[in-house]
Amino acid sequence: MSILVSRDSRVLVQGLTGREGTFHTEQMKAYGTNVVAGVSPGKGGSSHLGVPIYDTVADARRDSGADVSGIFVPAPFAADAIMEAAAAGIGLIVCITEGIPLYDMVRARAFVEDAGVRLVGPNCPGVVTAGQAKVGIIPNHINREGSVGIVSRSGTLTYEVIQGLSQAGVGQTTSVGIGGDPILGLSFKEVLQLFKADAATRAVIMIGEIGGSDEEAAAEEVLGRGFGKPVIGFISGRTAPPGKRMGHAGAIISGNTGTAASKVQALQRAGALVCDTIEEVVAAAGAALGQPSSAAHR
Amino acid sequence: MKFLEYQVKERFKAVGIPVPDGRLARTPDEAALAAGALGPVAVKAQVPIGGRGKAGGIKLAKTPMDAKRVAGEILGMTIKGYTVREVWCETAQEITRELYLGLTLDRDARQPVLILSAQGGMEIEEVAEHHPETIAKLHPDPWRGPLPFEVRALVFRAGLGPLQAQLTPLVIKLHALARTYDALTLEINPLALTRDGGLVAADGKLEIDENAMFRHKDLHGADESDEDPIEAEAKRRKLTYVRLDGSIGVIGNGAGLVMNTLDLVQREGGRAANFLDIGGGAKAEVVHSALELLATDPQVKGILINIFGGITRGDEVAHGIIDASRDLNLKLPLVVRMTGTREEEGRRLLQEAGIAPEASATAAARKVVELAAAGQR
Repeated sequence: MSILVSRDSRVLVQGLTGREGTFHTEQMKAYGTNVVAGVSPGKGGSSHLGVPIYDTVADARRDSGADVSGIFVPAPFAADAIMEAAAAGIGLIVCITEGIPLYDMVRARAFVEDAGVRLVGPNCPGVVTAGQAKVGIIPNHINREGSVGIVSRSGTLTYEVIQGLSQAGVGQTTSVGIGGDPILGLSFKEVLQLFKADAATRAVIMIGEIGGSDEEAAAEEVLGRGFGKPVIGFISGRTAPPGKRMGHAGAIISGNTGTAASKVQALQRAGALVCDTIEEVVAAAGAALGQPSSAAHR
Repeated sequence: MKFLEYQVKERFKAVGIPVPDGRLARTPDEAALAAGALGPVAVKAQVPIGGRGKAGGIKLAKTPMDAKRVAGEILGMTIKGYTVREVWCETAQEITRELYLGLTLDRDARQPVLILSAQGGMEIEEVAEHHPETIAKLHPDPWRGPLPFEVRALVFRAGLGPLQAQLTPLVIKLHALARTYDALTLEINPLALTRDGGLVAADGKLEIDENAMFRHKDLHGADESDEDPIEAEAKRRKLTYVRLDGSIGVIGNGAGLVMNTLDLVQREGGRAANFLDIGGGAKAEVVHSALELLATDPQVKGILINIFGGITRGDEVAHGIIDASRDLNLKLPLVVRMTGTREEEGRRLLQEAGIAPEASATAAARKVVELAAAGQR
């Protein structure tokens, strides 16, 4: 078991023929992901990396039965791509694109909600279910099958955690990067609910950062109400000054909201173990599974 | 992108949001001419930051001579790092009441929110804290925008029912303007009720979404370059950089990873001089450019590079580091930690160049803090 994607997922890539789309589709296929179609308007009827290309998501879905879409479309067109996928009945949309205008994303998010489909991202590394399938850009070689679920607003910091766990012999079920933008699809809350219901996931690592109050909401509304599995938390940006946007569009402390202290406290109140360093996160995950880490994390 | 008060007011005027008559002045004489034409004026420093009044950047002038004198005082002064190069001289208003009207992003609701308050003239966050009962909010539909009846209900909720006929169209115009300009923030504060019963935008604030700038290529906002020369240079180099107040220069890839690196530096007893994210898949040139930028910062006493190679390759990063430290004749302590794709190759290259890579991010943070402290003794 796992969440969101599995070896049974039939994956479509929007923007497959572009530079990023090409590179990451190759990687996704190399990981064993069942990539069944690509969409690049104007290139329908051709084939790229052995994958049939369509002009529209609706055509691609009709022919291929795709149920998941990964989006690698440039920012000015990405919100439209999300809505096209939702309108075509794709059940899970993973948008990697960074830099989508706010108002475009507000509309796309409302559209996706009305369509009742799931969106991961944008501005995220995507989803990987270890040993089964990947939709996004998380490096292939770092994942290892196991029983820890990961949900994170970060990209590379998440890779560090995954690699650290794998090197310590602690495998993962699914790793989900929800993205660093203020307007997101799935939030911590929803992904934690999925992990809670997933029998294969025995412990969860949650990597938050300054800005907004999604970590607090997840702590109060999900973790604090009986989660039933150990949760290890980590918050980056503890030394970031207020009022400065720290790389991610959403990573900003505004007034008294979005501080690391507030997030750490909320997680601790909800019973999560909050760690100070990635090394501690890795060790804590191993310990939570009764699997003291074999190799020291580098 | 931020805009100056007068630039925002020009846009208000264009869509029919009333503003006081005003003129821009770049010299005291121009301010005197403005007062001659307008009568008693408020002379207001044009800088893209709040708190101008408290800093002495807004003064009243009854006569052209007064205007010349106060403009002379305000022009050239520095407000929170910004040099005042222009003043906006506008007809002094007889204000009986100050309201607030603005649009901003409601992160929890994940959509923009219109905020109307019977209490204006101070920061809306302050109002929210001390007079929450005076604040009313409306989340406009993302497709059709706010409808008049929704706005009327907002006005009544704010306790401003008697002003409903004037306020409702104003709110709709403000929302339309925000959409036109992809505004992250658009504020009228204060929205002034004058002695004659009219409403006038006494101040205006506009910040546009950087991600939407491709739709607004013709727009010119406030010059923010004198805020910080290194931040301005970083922008030119297309590097994601934030100035901080410590002495350890930090370079990394990925926002979360860089934030974590800053935290580690502080944990080891140092303080970071900056946040610098070179992003995913960075090539040697980007690493070179980032190092070059930090080398120009006199505040930096040591540099820490922390790279996780996912798409970014260790050997590429190593080449960038080696070339840059040679080209720049870098004398500062430089500590590198890299892991991930082509890690072995990258580490070997660094070692050959005499830069010993550290085994963990924590160890690297400790080392750079030590070296920087030793260098300053």
